[in-house]
Amino acid sequence: MAQQVFAYIIHKSGVADDTALEMITAAGKLNADASVTAVIAGSGAELDGVCKEVASSFSEVWKIDHETLAYINAEVIRPMLTRILPKQGIVLIPHEHFGMDLAPGLSVKLDAAYLPDAVDFEGIEDGKLKAVREEYGGQVSTHVLCDISQGAVITIRPGSFKADESKSAGGNIVDKTAEAVEGGLAGGVRRFLEIAEAEVGDVDITKSDVLVSVGRGIEEEENLEMVFDLAKAMGADVSCSRPIVDAKWLEKSRQVGTSGKTVKPKVYMALGISGSFQHLGGLKGAPFIVAVNKNVKAPIFQAADVGIVDDILDFVPELTDRINEIKG
Amino acid sequence: MEILVCVKRVPDTAENEIEVNRDGTDIERDDLVYSVNEWDNYAVEEAIQIRDKVGGSITVVTVGNEEDEEVVRREMAMGADNGILLSDDAFNGSDGKGIASVLKAAVEKGKYDLILTGAQADDGAGQVGGMLAAMLDWPYASLVNLLEVIDDKKIKVGREIAGGNQEMNEIDLPCVLSIQTGINEPRYVGIRGIRKVASLEIPVHTAAELGIAGNTVGESGARMKRLDYFVPDAGEGAEILEGSTDEIIDKLVELLKAKGGIK
Ligand SMILES: Cc1cc2nc3c(=O)[nH]c(=O)nc-3n(C[C@H](O)[C@H](O)[C@H](O)COP(=O)(O)OP(=O)(O)OC[C@H]3O[C@@H](n4cnc5c(N)ncnc54)[C@H](O)[C@@H]3O)c2cc1C
Ligand SMILES: Nc1ncnc2c1ncn2[C@@H]1O[C@H](COP(=O)(O)O)[C@@H](O)[C@H]1O
Repeated sequence: MAQQVFAYIIHKSGVADDTALEMITAAGKLNADASVTAVIAGSGAELDGVCKEVASSFSEVWKIDHETLAYINAEVIRPMLTRILPKQGIVLIPHEHFGMDLAPGLSVKLDAAYLPDAVDFEGIEDGKLKAVREEYGGQVSTHVLCDISQGAVITIRPGSFKADESKSAGGNIVDKTAEAVEGGLAGGVRRFLEIAEAEVGDVDITKSDVLVSVGRGIEEEENLEMVFDLAKAMGADVSCSRPIVDAKWLEKSRQVGTSGKTVKPKVYMALGISGSFQHLGGLKGAPFIVAVNKNVKAPIFQAADVGIVDDILDFVPELTDRINEIKG
Repeated sequence: MEILVCVKRVPDTAENEIEVNRDGTDIERDDLVYSVNEWDNYAVEEAIQIRDKVGGSITVVTVGNEEDEEVVRREMAMGADNGILLSDDAFNGSDGKGIASVLKAAVEKGKYDLILTGAQADDGAGQVGGMLAAMLDWPYASLVNLLEVIDDKKIKVGREIAGGNQEMNEIDLPCVLSIQTGINEPRYVGIRGIRKVASLEIPVHTAAELGIAGNTVGESGARMKRLDYFVPDAGEGAEILEGSTDEIIDKLVELLKAKGGIK
C-alpha cells in the first residue's frame, strides 16, 4: 500500500488528545512502514505548542494556522482539508463529537470511501481493508470490507487502539495554511456562538469513591427509589447512563460517559446498563466494576470484574436488605 | 418551514437481545421486534414542535422496502404530515453513501428548508446526515440537542460535546442536522393514532422516478460491505457469580467490603 496516511489531531487547551498516539498504532496496522502525517488546525501559540508536542511522535506535521480556527468548526475546516489532502490518501479521525461532525462530509468532498467507528484493522488485500466494527450498541461485532483504493476517511473509536508512546519521530512541521485557505474561506454558513457549560448538579459524581449507576434496565421512574436505597445502604452516590437523563428521570450532571461526566470511583456498580463505548468512555482509573444485567451477553460483562445475571428489580432490593442487616 | 425527516426501521434493542445467527451471515431475525430508530423519533418530535410554532409541514422519508413503510406510518401517526417510501431493488446493499445519494435525489424533488436525521442508527455509523449535507452543499451540524428558529433564514442549534457541555451555533437555512436523544420528550403514539393513518396511501418512489442510475447505489456502488457478524472472543470478561441469590449476595458483599464499596 503506497497510500499516504494522515491523522487528524484533536486538541484542547494546548494539549493533543489521547487519540493522537492511538492513531499512530492504527496507521501501523494499515501499513507497518507507513509514515504518518499529523494534521493539526488551530491558531496562534496554542497551536504551535500542540504541533511541537505531536512532532515528537509523527514523522511529519501539517499545520493550519488561522484566526477562524481558534474554535474549530467542522464547516470551516472541511473545505480547507479538502484542498490540502491528496485525493487517494487515507485520513484517520477520532470518532467523537468533532470527528462525527467533520468526517462523513469530508469523505464525500474527497470522493473517498467512509469507514465509521473502526475498532480494529485486520489487513489489506487488493486495495480492500478488512476492519472490525460494532453494531447494536456493541452487542455484536462485524467484519467489513472497505475499498480504500480511491482513498478513505476512517473514524477510529477512541480507546480501541493502544497508544504508541515510542516518540522517536522528530518530525518536520510544514505550514499548510496558505494552501488551505487558497481561494477564500468557506462562506460562514455556520457560526460558532459560545460554549454553554454543563449545569452543576446537587452531587458531584466525579468526586465519588463508590457509584451505583443505573441504566435503562430500571424500566420505570418509580423504580429509581430502590437504586437510591441501595446507594444509601452502601454509602455511595447514584449516577446513570444516558437514557435515564434523556427521560429526565435524573439530572444531566449524573450521566457517566463521553457526553457526560468522567468518573474515577474505586467501585462502580452498573445496574441494567448494556455497556456502550460511550458510557464506558466516562469510566476512568480502573475501578472495580460490578455489573448486574439480565442478559448474559450484554457487553458490560466484558468490562466488568464481577457479573451477576439477574433482574435488577429483584436483585437490588435483596442486596439492599442484606447490607442493611449487616450494618444493623 | 418545510421539514424533511429521515427515518429508519431497526430492530428495537430495548425489546430484543441481538444475537448472531448460526453461520454468522446475519443477526437472528426470527421474533425480532422492530421500531423506529430511537434517534429518529426525537427528530420527528422536534420537527413537530417547530411546525406547531412557526407553521409549515413535515415529510417523513425512508429508504427501504415494503416492511419499512410501517415506520413512516408510525411517524405520521405521531404528527408528520406526509410520508414517502424510497424503494427499489437497485437500492439493496447500499452503504451509507448509497443511502445518502438516494435521499439526495428525493430532496431535490421537493423544496425543503430543513432536513433532520438521527445522530446514528443501529449500526452506529452516524454517517448519512453529514454525507447528505455535503452532497447537497448545505451546512451541517451533528449531535444537535437544542434547536431554536430565529427567522426563516437561520436557526440556532446547540451541539452536544464532551462533558455535558453544549456548543452553540447559528446556522443558515436550508441545512441538515443530526439530532441527539434528549433534545425533547417524544410524544406517545397510541393505537388510536396508528389506526387513523392505517389506510393512508404512502407514495413509493423508485430509482427511475428519482433519476438514479442503478450502478451508483446498492451493492455495486458500495465501497463498504459487511462480511459477517460475530461475537468477539470473550477474553477476560467478568467473573460471573453463580449460585442461589443468597449465595451470590454473600459473595458480592464480601467483594464489595474488600474493595471499599460498602462504607
Ligand atoms: C454521540 C453519543 C454520545 C453518547 N454519550 C453517552 C454518554 O455519555 N453516556 C451514556 O451512558 N450513553 C451515551 N450515549 C448513548 C449510548 O450509545 C447508549 O445508547 C447508552 O449508553 C445506553 O444506555 P443503557 O445501557 O442504560 O441502555 P440499553 O443499551 O438499552 O441497555 C439496557 C440494559 O439493561 C438490561 N436490562 C433490561 N431490563 C433489565 C432488568 N430488569 N434487569 C437487569 N437488566 C436489565 C438489558 O439487557 C440491557 O443490557 C451516547 C450516544 C451517542 C451517539
Ligand atoms: N435507510 C434509511 N432511510 C432513511 N434515513 C436513513 C436510512 N438510514 C439512515 N438514515 C438516517 O440517517 C441517520 C443516521 O444513520 P446512520 O448514518 O446509518 O448511522 C438515521 O438516524 C436516519 O435519520
